[in-house]
Amino acid sequence: MTHLKELVQGETIKMTLEPVTRMDLIKYSGASGDFNPIHTIDEEAKKAGLPGIIAHGMWTMGNLSKLFTPYYEEGYIQDYSIRFAGMVFLNDVLTLNAQLVEQTDEALHFKVNVTNQHDKEVVKGKVKFTLY
Amino acid sequence: MITEFIGVTSEKVKNVVEKELVRRFADSIGDLHPIYIDEETGKNSRYGKNIAPVTFPRVFRSGEVDGLNLPNKGLIHGEQIYHYNRPLFVGEEVYCYSKIEDYFEKEGSTGKMGFLKMKRYGEDTEGNIIFTEESIIIITETVRRSMNV
Repeated sequence: MTHLKELVQGETIKMTLEPVTRMDLIKYSGASGDFNPIHTIDEEAKKAGLPGIIAHGMWTMGNLSKLFTPYYEEGYIQDYSIRFAGMVFLNDVLTLNAQLVEQTDEALHFKVNVTNQHDKEVVKGKVKFTLY
Repeated sequence: MITEFIGVTSEKVKNVVEKELVRRFADSIGDLHPIYIDEETGKNSRYGKNIAPVTFPRVFRSGEVDGLNLPNKGLIHGEQIYHYNRPLFVGEEVYCYSKIEDYFEKEGSTGKMGFLKMKRYGEDTEGNIIFTEESIIIITETVRRSMNV
């Protein structure tokens, strides 16, 4: 598919990522400036009552938006809302999903989420892709 | 009380959408698309320049809300909401400020939880809003006690 407009209602675009690594989260900490150690250092995560380090919610949200990047000539993400629904751990295998739920002349509305290898939603929300 | 801060805004801080920061950010979310990093692709696009990923405003600085001291540990990020009037361009100046939109408490299974809604505004050099970035932060009972609120 080369154009987002060619999607039919109900259709889903998806992408499965490589397993989450510590380096992914170290890189995101550096790039975003969010150095909360529960995302990178095992002992700090344990001290916070977690079984291990967890991904930044914003890392997952950032990844999800890349489903729309190739379509920059058609429009842009005008609204993007996400609820953080579950934790992401090292080695989790995440799948990004965007389902077209409504289509008008001005915009494409998507239901979006990221699921892990147990089919559990870790983030969920909506994207309004406004067309030019 | 945090409720006293509802409606309070920070001062505006100038940020620049730096090319190298955009490259690193795009790399860190596995989205090294040429529209973010390749000048030629930017020039040939409808924008005539490179753009930044939608969640990039996370890296911007906005001023502090005087007196509101949130701990840097123990906060839970509940929701995040972006609204854009146009994409963000690489190289442009963005003036950011934050506003405490709302604060309320709810009884949860682990005690009373606080919900803090903060919104960040990004303006261009003429004062037009480019984007808003809203975060809902959950403050647990334990953290609330340590903050003495």
